[in-house]
Amino acid sequence: MDAVSTDQLRLRAPRHRVSRKSITLWTLHALIGWAVLLVPQAVALVFSRTPWQVAAAVASVVVGTAHTLVMPRWRYRVHRWEATPTAVYTLAGWLNQEWRIAPVSRIQTVDTKRGPLQQLLGLSTVTVTTASAAGPVHIEGLDQDEAVRLADELTTTTQATPGDAT
Amino acid sequence: MTTGFPAAPEAVEPVVDWHRLDVRMLVVRPLNEIVGLVPVLVGLIVLGKGETWRILVGIALIAAIVLFGLLRWVTTRYRITDDQVELRTGLFVRKRLAVPRERIRTVDLTAKLGHRLFGLSAIRVGTGQHDQPDEDGLTLDAVSSAEAERLRVLLLTRTTTTTAGPRESGTVLSSLDRKWLRFAPLTLSGVVAVGALAGLVFNAARELEIEVFGPLTDAAHWVVEQPVWLTVALFAGVVLVIAGFGSLAVYVVQFWGYQLTREPDETVRVRRGLLTTRSVSVSEQRLRGVEVAEPLLLRAGRGAHLKSVTTGLGKKGESNLLLPPAPVAEAHRVSALVLREAVSPTLVPLGRHPIAALRRRLVRAVVPLLVLAAGLAVFAPPWTWQVTLALIPFSALLGWDRYRSLGHALTDHHLLARQGSALRETVALQRTGIIGWQVSRSFFQRRAGLVTITATTAAGDGAYDVVDVGEADGLALADEAVPELLRPFLVRGD
Repeated sequence: MDAVSTDQLRLRAPRHRVSRKSITLWTLHALIGWAVLLVPQAVALVFSRTPWQVAAAVASVVVGTAHTLVMPRWRYRVHRWEATPTAVYTLAGWLNQEWRIAPVSRIQTVDTKRGPLQQLLGLSTVTVTTASAAGPVHIEGLDQDEAVRLADELTTTTQATPGDAT
Repeated sequence: MTTGFPAAPEAVEPVVDWHRLDVRMLVVRPLNEIVGLVPVLVGLIVLGKGETWRILVGIALIAAIVLFGLLRWVTTRYRITDDQVELRTGLFVRKRLAVPRERIRTVDLTAKLGHRLFGLSAIRVGTGQHDQPDEDGLTLDAVSSAEAERLRVLLLTRTTTTTAGPRESGTVLSSLDRKWLRFAPLTLSGVVAVGALAGLVFNAARELEIEVFGPLTDAAHWVVEQPVWLTVALFAGVVLVIAGFGSLAVYVVQFWGYQLTREPDETVRVRRGLLTTRSVSVSEQRLRGVEVAEPLLLRAGRGAHLKSVTTGLGKKGESNLLLPPAPVAEAHRVSALVLREAVSPTLVPLGRHPIAALRRRLVRAVVPLLVLAAGLAVFAPPWTWQVTLALIPFSALLGWDRYRSLGHALTDHHLLARQGSALRETVALQRTGIIGWQVSRSFFQRRAGLVTITATTAAGDGAYDVVDVGEADGLALADEAVPELLRPFLVRGD
C-alpha cells in the first residue's frame, strides 16, 4: 500500500451521535425483513423437507440472527451528524459508509419525516435537499424534539441566504 | 454565485394576453399521429377483403384523432407575463402550468416533419427543478416558427443582463463537416437500426402477406449447407454492411445541418436534424461544464462526442448534445470555445489513481466470471465453462483499460474526472457549480485505502464521481476545488 506517511488527510467524525433508540429501530427493521424471508420457508418446511430446503432455512436463521444482532450496533457506532452555520455534515452506513456535506447556502428544502415505527419510538428523520438530483442528506434517528429544532434552525439560516441555490 | 435577476429593462415587450397555439396545429397534430398509425390503418383498411367493419373502425379512428386534436387546440392557451410563462390545457382534467421566468434555463425548439411542412415549431422551456420531476419545464406544441424564435429570444433574454439586439446573428463555433460521417459506423446506432429495420420489414411483410420467409428460408438452407467459416463470414458481412449504411442514415437524419453557435443574448445554441429539426438554446450562465464521451469503438477511431452539463435540460432526446460524433480534437476545440477557455480543460493531463484501484478493476473483471464458470462446471455442459474461462483474458483487458481511464485533475475553474472503458466519459465540471460532496467507502475500498468522491451539482446528471481515488488525494482534491466547504471537517494524522 502506498500510504502518504503520517500526514494523512482524512474526514473527522461529525460531532453528534444519533439517538440510542435507533438501535431498537434498526433491529425492528432487520427482524421484519428476515421475517418476510423466513415465514414462507417455515410454512414450506411443514409440507416437505428436502435437504436443500433445510440447508436454506438454517442458513437464513444463522445469517439473519447475526445481521439482526450486529448491524444495528455497528450502525449506531457509525451514524453521526453535525450542522454548522455553513454546512450540514453526516456520516452513515456500516459495511459501506458514506459522508455527505451540503453547504447551507445551497439548501433548497428541509423536511422532517416519521414512519410508523419511528413514531412508536419517538424518532424522526431530517432530510435536507439541494438543487442536485443526486443524494439529499438524510439524518436518521434523531429524537423528535431535536429533529424539529434542527429543521427550524436550518430553515431559518437557509431563508437568510439569498439566491436560488443552483 | 450570480443569480438570474434582471439588471436591465426588457428588450422585448412581454405578451400578457392569453394566446392559442397556432391554428395550423388542427391539421398538423392529426397528421403526425395518423402518420404514426399508418401501419395500423393499412392493416385495417387495405388488407382484408374490404369488410365494412374494417373501414368503419378506420374512419372512426381518424375521426377520433381529428376531434381530439380540435379539443386540444380549443382548450389550450398560454400567456407570458412579466414573471411567468403560463399554460392552461385539458378538457376533462384541467391543468394549469406556470413556470417562473427567472427559472428558465433552456429553450428547445423542435419541428417534426409535419410541423416543418406548415412552418411550425414546438417550444419547450426547461427549468431544471429536479425535486419536482413533473413540473420540469413546459411545452408549447406548437406555434409558428417566427413566434417560436421571438419567444426564444424573449424568454432567454430575461435571464441575462445584456440588451443586445435580438436580430444580430451568432458566432459559429462549429458546424457539420462531411468527413465526420466516417464516425457514423463507429456508433452503435447502425446495429440498433438493423434490428429496428428487420422488425419493421418482417412486420410489414406479415401485414401485407408477402412471402419473404419462403425465399429467406431457401437462402438460409443454402447458407447452412456451406462450410461453417463461409456461413459465419457471410452473416458477419451482411450485418456489417447493413449496420454501416444504417448508422450512416441515422447520423445524417440526426445531425444534418448541425451548427453550434454563440448567440448575442449569451446563449449557446445547437441546431441539427434532417427531417425533425431541433434547436436547443442554453443560457451560458447556466452552463456548468462539458462532458467528452468516447464509446469504445468511437475511441478506437479517435472520435468522440460532446455533451453539455447544464441545469434545465431534460434527459429526453439527447438535448444536451453539443457535438455529434467527430474527431476527438474537434471535441476538445469545441469544449474550449464553449467554456471560454484558451485551452480546453479536457486536455489537462489527469492524475493517475493508486495501483489498488487497478486491483479492484481486475478483481471485478475476473472473479464474477470464475464464479460463473464454477457454477456452470457443476450444472451445465462442459463447453459452457470452457467458453467462460476463455472470456477471462478479454474481461481482464477491459478491467485494465477501465483502470487506465480513471483520472482526475483540477484547473483554475474546473474539476476534471474520467472513468469508464466501454463508454469513457471525461467531465469538466465548473468548480462554482459544485453544491455538495459525498465521500463513500465500501468495505473493500476501506481495505484498499480508497474512496469514491462525488461532486453534486444542479446540472447534468446531478452527481459526478471521482472513482477509487486515494483517500488523502481525493479529500485534498475536494478541499481545493471548493474552498472552505470541506475544510472544517478535515483532520491530519493517521
